[in-house]
Amino acid sequence: MAVNFGFHVFLLVMMIIGSLVAIFSRKLISSLVSLGTVGMLLSIYFLILGAPDIAITQLVVEILALIILLSAITGRDVTADMTTSKVYAFLFIFIFIVSIITFITYSNFIFPEFGNTNMRVGKEYLYLAPLKLKAANVVTAIVLDFRGYDTIGEATVIFTAIIGVMVLLRKKGKKDE
Amino acid sequence: MNKGMSEIVKTISKIVSPFIIIFGISVIFYGHLTPGGGFPGGVIISASFVILLLAYGKEKILSKLSLYKSDILHDIGALMFLSVALAGFIGGTFFLNIFDKGKLFSLWSGGNLIFSNIAIGLKVGTSLFLGIILLSMVRIVYKENKIEFYEKKEDIK
Repeated sequence: MAVNFGFHVFLLVMMIIGSLVAIFSRKLISSLVSLGTVGMLLSIYFLILGAPDIAITQLVVEILALIILLSAITGRDVTADMTTSKVYAFLFIFIFIVSIITFITYSNFIFPEFGNTNMRVGKEYLYLAPLKLKAANVVTAIVLDFRGYDTIGEATVIFTAIIGVMVLLRKKGKKDE
Repeated sequence: MNKGMSEIVKTISKIVSPFIIIFGISVIFYGHLTPGGGFPGGVIISASFVILLLAYGKEKILSKLSLYKSDILHDIGALMFLSVALAGFIGGTFFLNIFDKGKLFSLWSGGNLIFSNIAIGLKVGTSLFLGIILLSMVRIVYKENKIEFYEKKEDIK
């Protein structure tokens, strides 16, 4: 998708501003709102980079995570403890961002051009998925067929996490005090 | 006694949630043709249950889909994905695509991709629902360096 360079920069700068607001705002609820803004902008950014699968996943997971975080902080009116000086934090973040931007600008000259990789594995997948596997969605073909081991590991992670939550928050079998 | 949110939210969520479930199912079933797949579809399905949970409170939603039932569905999804992976041993190796590949751009294409998508959708949907409903059933209070669990609001001292 051909989107001009200014829109990319606009989205990235808005995401950086949103995450800075999320760190430095006093109320937890306003920092949560700006965190949600960063997630939605990241979803739009994935979309214009040409990855609709990741955009859908990012959008939906962001909404569920916002619901969990919102239900964790409402009714308590928590304010963040901001007694320490902010100057050093700002300085640290400024140096961090500037070094990352310099590194990315430098890496533009080393790495191959965006979208025109010379990796042989990716070309093989793009060739094999429609012709041999007959799958129209190449991302699903890679995730579930070519890289099935990774997906089964991820499924095991989610399974174990939910079993852990069920064991920790169980009703039966708890000791009476 | 009036539990949950206001009447407007209840009515809207009641009308909208079946459509969200159908949209999630279509995202799962067309995962090998269009963007989407098992994981986003499962999260969409669990989001429809979360809408009902937020609007009506936990008693209504637990009468529709109990903890035991969703736990069983979660295990079925995990075992189904493992059995899809193990079915490759019929052809020789783990995760081998043994089914008929079908035709490009038709619903039956890609062999076992559709079974994997259904299994992951079932697993992710019920597991996220379980996580959210378990976190909403228990109130965790941290005071005086001790973590205490309460089931009702009135028990918190």
